[in-house]
Amino acid sequence: MSVTREEVAKIASLARIKMGDEELDRMVPELNNILDWVEQLGEVDTSGVEPMTAVIPNTLRLRDDVVDAIPETSGGRREDVLANAPVAEHGFFGVPKVIE
Amino acid sequence: MTAYTQLGVKDIRDGVASGDFTAREVAESFNAAVASAAELNAFIVTTPDHALTAADAVDAKRARGEDLGKMGGVPIGMKDLFATKGVQTTAASHILEGFKPEYESTVSQKLWDAGAGMLGKLNLDQFAMGSSNETSYFGNVSSPWKKDGTNAAMSPGGSSGGSSSAVAARIAPAATGTDTGGSIRQPAAFTGICGIKPTYGRCSRWGVVAFASSLDQAGPMARSVEDCAIMLEAMAGFDPKDATSLQMDVPNWEATLSADLKGKKIGIPREYRMDGTDQAILDSWEQGKAMLRDAGAEIVDVSLPHTKYALPAYYIIAPAEASSNLARYDGVRYGLRDLPDGAGLQDMYAAIRAAGFGDEVKRRVLIGTYVLSAGFYDAYYTQAQKIRTLVAQDFEKAFAECDVILAPTTPTASFPLGSLNEDPLTMYLNDVFAVPASLAGLPAMSVPATVNPDGLPLGLQLVGRPFDEQGVLNAGLAIQQRVGFEAQPEKWW
Repeated sequence: MSVTREEVAKIASLARIKMGDEELDRMVPELNNILDWVEQLGEVDTSGVEPMTAVIPNTLRLRDDVVDAIPETSGGRREDVLANAPVAEHGFFGVPKVIE
Repeated sequence: MTAYTQLGVKDIRDGVASGDFTAREVAESFNAAVASAAELNAFIVTTPDHALTAADAVDAKRARGEDLGKMGGVPIGMKDLFATKGVQTTAASHILEGFKPEYESTVSQKLWDAGAGMLGKLNLDQFAMGSSNETSYFGNVSSPWKKDGTNAAMSPGGSSGGSSSAVAARIAPAATGTDTGGSIRQPAAFTGICGIKPTYGRCSRWGVVAFASSLDQAGPMARSVEDCAIMLEAMAGFDPKDATSLQMDVPNWEATLSADLKGKKIGIPREYRMDGTDQAILDSWEQGKAMLRDAGAEIVDVSLPHTKYALPAYYIIAPAEASSNLARYDGVRYGLRDLPDGAGLQDMYAAIRAAGFGDEVKRRVLIGTYVLSAGFYDAYYTQAQKIRTLVAQDFEKAFAECDVILAPTTPTASFPLGSLNEDPLTMYLNDVFAVPASLAGLPAMSVPATVNPDGLPLGLQLVGRPFDEQGVLNAGLAIQQRVGFEAQPEKWW
């Protein structure tokens, strides 16, 4: 399988990466090289094989149902959360107008 | 005066504890060594004050007769993939330039709690994507090593190339690394040092900039097996903030180290004998077998039949996870902001990500987006995850017949920076021997084996059963004792 220039442009748009003509021209053969190479995985008979979901057997833990059980990942840290925002106003993240 | 910069983790810790020298003296020496090694470009930012403050705290504890910790008085380099409170954390990307976390990663906090200090944040391949340290926004890292008779700057490996370069150049006694598909082991092999990736889940991923979450593992890089054991003890441990953290006690790896391998079986995977592998590497593999036999182990042949498919499966799985993880870089909550005139929200995202990501990162995000997209998901992603199961089953079967696997770490020695840039695929092949253990989540280590005829270091890799870091470290120690690796790069920086 190989991808066309239009398909790469579509993928770039889905991935929210702006790409100019020159960059697309460069990317298309590079991606096709990689995709051609991974194509060999099709040779492997994987019927009856389960796709891996966890590399080391582990169970999902439940923690006690307590508010703010782990301070570092809990609430009440608005200033910390906003500290690195390029635009923050009135305690919120700032973004360009979304609704006309 | 003792040349403190020649000392490793154990020597510094023990020397400080016994009062042979102070932690401050050691920190000052390494700070000076770091400051004079700008040509290596191993650090993105240096933090001499952090190292001195931590050292003074250890010296004060000693004066009060308190416990100094597992890493008491040891200044280290911190890969710039770990969030460090108040200190710029970039993952070597433009999109995170200037980002100063409000919190500390679990692994770095554990190291500070164990008495270590920070010399600075180490350069790496951007978002840990690369095998040569040429994808950093902050410039290439040079290896301290040179090929005999040439002056070309050599690759320190990647992605933990700032870490490998700094430790090999003796401007840091040890450094943190992270390994997604070989990013600790390959740079360790390229620079003649040790590095271990523990079992997936041993080290918390909390506060580590995510690349491929089902593969990412932190680990130590240092100049000896003992130093790696000490530092891994300080880094590992259960963390409720990481859903995949292993709820297991951390073994006393250092205290249990033993190079006596009597009764152990070492597996030699026949599929790792690949075309294109340097003769010097094949020779060092033979020598490694002889050394482990000399340590009392029995050598047995094992088969890992899906080895050849591990790397292409990795290059579907890792980019797929990366495309999802890197969706967070939107210029809203942190990082670069670029708002073209009259642009809406979607245009803003696209402009920021275009300006903030390097070529290799874009390539992997696009591949990941493609293989996860409707219509292609099963053919690529599901198939790759099934092959991942087969790779893991290969190891399970092999470990029914042996205790530890011995293989080369890389198919070649280091190469000059810029020499493999033409084709991303050639670069990917560097990790052909490292990736299978990553896909299976297994503990794996690289130890120095020899220098090749060009004067460049080569590494040998040891892979163990899940949770058997001890078996890996012990076999590594047996090789280390027999190799007696003393080669050092000649100082040119």
